Amino acid sequence: MNRHLLSIQDVDAEDIVRVLDTAESFREVGSRVIKKVPALRGRTVVNLFYEDSTRTRISFELAAKRLSADVINFSTSGSSVAKGESLKDTALTLQAMGADAIVIRHSSSGAPLTLTRWVNGSVLNAGDGTHEHPTQALLDLYTMRDRLGRLEGLRVAIVGDVLHSRVARSLSFALVKMGAETTLVGPPTLIPPDAPAWGVEVGHDLEAVLPKLDVCYLLRVQKERQRQRYFPSVREYSRLFGLTRSRVGLLPEEALVMHPGPMNRGIEIDSDVADLPRAVIEEQVTNGIAIRMSLLYLLLGGSGSAAEPAGVRAGTADG
Amino acid sequence: MAERTLFRGARVIDPAAGRDEVADVLVADEVIASPDAAPNATVVDCGGLVLAPGLVDLHTHVREPGREDKETVETASRAAALGGFTAISPMANTDPVADSAAVIHEVRELGARAGLVDVLPVGAITRGLEGETLAEMGEMVEAGVRMFSDDGRCVPTGRVLRNALSYARTFDGVVIAEHCEDASLAEGGHMHEGFHSYSLGLAGQPREAEEVAVARDLAVARLAGGRLHLCHLSSAGSVEMVRRAKAEGIRVTAEVTPHHVVFSDEDLVTYDTNFKVNPPLRSPDDRDALVRGLVDGTIDAVATDHAPHAVEEKEAEFDLAPFGTIGLETALAAILTHLVHPGHLSLVRAVEALSTTPARILGAPDHGGPLEPGRRASLVLFDPDAEWVVEPPFGSKSRNSAFSGRALRGRIVHTVYGGTMVVADGKAQR
Amino acid sequence: MADDDDALPRAAGRPSLMASSGPGPSRLMDATEIGRALTRVAHEILERNKGAERVVFVGIAARGDDLARRLAGEIERIEGTRVPVGALDITFYRDDIGMRAEAPEVHETRIDFDINGRTIVLVDDVLFTGRTIRSAMDALIDFGRPSAIQLAVLVDRGHRQLPIRADFVGKNLPTRVDEDVRVAIREVDGEDAVLLDEALGVGARGGET
Repeated sequence: MNRHLLSIQDVDAEDIVRVLDTAESFREVGSRVIKKVPALRGRTVVNLFYEDSTRTRISFELAAKRLSADVINFSTSGSSVAKGESLKDTALTLQAMGADAIVIRHSSSGAPLTLTRWVNGSVLNAGDGTHEHPTQALLDLYTMRDRLGRLEGLRVAIVGDVLHSRVARSLSFALVKMGAETTLVGPPTLIPPDAPAWGVEVGHDLEAVLPKLDVCYLLRVQKERQRQRYFPSVREYSRLFGLTRSRVGLLPEEALVMHPGPMNRGIEIDSDVADLPRAVIEEQVTNGIAIRMSLLYLLLGGSGSAAEPAGVRAGTADG
Repeated sequence: MAERTLFRGARVIDPAAGRDEVADVLVADEVIASPDAAPNATVVDCGGLVLAPGLVDLHTHVREPGREDKETVETASRAAALGGFTAISPMANTDPVADSAAVIHEVRELGARAGLVDVLPVGAITRGLEGETLAEMGEMVEAGVRMFSDDGRCVPTGRVLRNALSYARTFDGVVIAEHCEDASLAEGGHMHEGFHSYSLGLAGQPREAEEVAVARDLAVARLAGGRLHLCHLSSAGSVEMVRRAKAEGIRVTAEVTPHHVVFSDEDLVTYDTNFKVNPPLRSPDDRDALVRGLVDGTIDAVATDHAPHAVEEKEAEFDLAPFGTIGLETALAAILTHLVHPGHLSLVRAVEALSTTPARILGAPDHGGPLEPGRRASLVLFDPDAEWVVEPPFGSKSRNSAFSGRALRGRIVHTVYGGTMVVADGKAQR
Repeated sequence: MADDDDALPRAAGRPSLMASSGPGPSRLMDATEIGRALTRVAHEILERNKGAERVVFVGIAARGDDLARRLAGEIERIEGTRVPVGALDITFYRDDIGMRAEAPEVHETRIDFDINGRTIVLVDDVLFTGRTIRSAMDALIDFGRPSAIQLAVLVDRGHRQLPIRADFVGKNLPTRVDEDVRVAIREVDGEDAVLLDEALGVGARGGET
């Protein structure tokens, strides 16, 4: 599985450090006038987005282009995807076109893994159902490390609809790997009962947790969950678990407020709070490009020869 | 096969006759005969093989009429014969639904034409499987039906189930078979709800979805009388409830599938849709409880719930794929490999669960033994130690097997149906 | 830019050569000789460019940047001029990305000054095939338009595969292609030395520079 990034479980702590360190160099590239390096010249990266997501797609597109790769976008509107071509047939078509990497976002958990059965190129999971969103977790780790100087021992709370959040899963797994202390906060209906087995704590009282945090990570609340009766109303959710102007004062001075976007201003996060300096949501976006460049580079920059599969695995240096 | 064939030197396991011994069995003119009755019979040497009454499947999805692309009565029959079965029970959730004598006759007829196994159709409990009005059981009983089931669905209300159980007592030997699933708890679930479903990001179906329905059905059975049969149990709690119900004297029987006693939700980490079944594969503890239930007789029978699906349907994304695995060709081998050989279940009990007891539940007189002179000769000969790998080509039209690619130990050699060898040396003869 | 040994634990970004113990490489230059060579090179740079006013150093990571800092130090000592020093990682410009099993490791790039119109003295430890220098020039062009690029290396070991030549050379060392020349420098490896290893066999890294 080293050719692909399907889940945070595909990388160990050493690999994660390598991804983050390499992203440093790519952030520097992003600060140049010419924000481009020829590293992946001639490679083809396909964005296969079954779910609408302009921001993530653009992030990956920029990442690939800044590496001088050619980018093809297959998105839901107006392509064979919309016409109902099976995932398998789309995969085989992309394979025939010589895609070196396929970045896939899909509403079905497990779709990226299924895709690897039919393509030779690298598969990057840009979010599958309620399963994982590994690149988001990595850019979040990068942001934390960048602002707070470390990951080990960081106290992080992930607040909101963990049950349906692929971001929450990837981030929880990643934080545990890097030795951070993670707490999931939300109503019991939105937190998987078996979550402690992931190595995290669970809490239902946000205010009790806030004073002891280095990072408060808010998840987006989807209104259809209210229709499905996981909580009585958005209003009550907001009252109990929203990061309001008054609550944010409970956080330690250096603590960060983070959100994977897009935000529901006024629901999980007050508008004022989103605009505070400690809310690093925009940095997350910028860092996303550097992280995605780092991943594309590490996955495609090796030949994947039999002796040592190419990939994120921390390995030998240059020659 | 010659009209007179002597199967010599097999280990004959015939639980209905209390037999487990090396012996000769003579088949003459379609029936079992006394071994020395035909000195000129063709001899088939069966050293090292086990001979048993043909296996009987209580739970088969044949898909005809309606989805002949996935399977037909003929291909299902062939798959069954290759798996050592001599009788199958096609479930009623076809298109049209088997809720009338007309569809029952059609399916029977197709089975007779294929001539490989006895095809004993199951009738629907309610019209159109809608769960509201009872289907015309009487005319279906006249057409030969002995088991009624809305399988695929659970009878939604206690009242309808009570009426069905009660009304069924009009007839002799009729059993109501229930697929136990509380729809509101199970809704949207693609696998067992537990640690793995949370980690894989797949909506799950808790074991309580089954247990709630089992509890209700047992209570209604106590109230209404009649015979209740519980299909494909999957949870430890269900087994325990059945154990207590039987102790109490409630007339209930239960079945379990081979895949539920072999696999668990841990096997789903690769999102392999061959493991997507309903009821889902649950935790290893549930699986172990099912095995114990089979061993101690709480669970009476093993039934395949053979559920063929088209390749493109199963190759889709996990949450879009339909539920089901085929199982006729691998049932005996799976039980031998994973339960008998490791010592959890005796070979005799395995034969009982796959042949003797299902035949008794269905009231199928020509099946399940005892293999005594005068009885129609439907039997199976298998090599309990032969190793093979499960891979196409299959007798079934479909390929969605949970055992795909796996090595199994135990293989069907010959299947004899009504005196005719329909499978010889592991190959279908028609 | 020297090569790195597989077996060594990696320090943050820059592995140390001195931890290795092989069959004993021969020492071709010691600390004193290196010091003298750098002093001479610094004088040559000043002579050629008539002073250091328009000169900037860009060292090729790893080790080239430390050498560049030393040269800048020499020039400041000699003429009092402070010359800007930058570090350039050329990994993304390599011509062999995708040919090795692993994506090559990346080092830091830091060029905090404007290179337009300046004379860049590119600094590296070993000049071998010339491919690293080709990559470095492509990288520099993306940063701007220098008025000239000159090349200073500590060691020139011959065997060019591209039409590249050094303007300032610490020492010319004729070698066989299968030999391995490595430079140790104090800032990274704890001491200054130029080392020559015999052919290493499997995984021989010829330090293509």
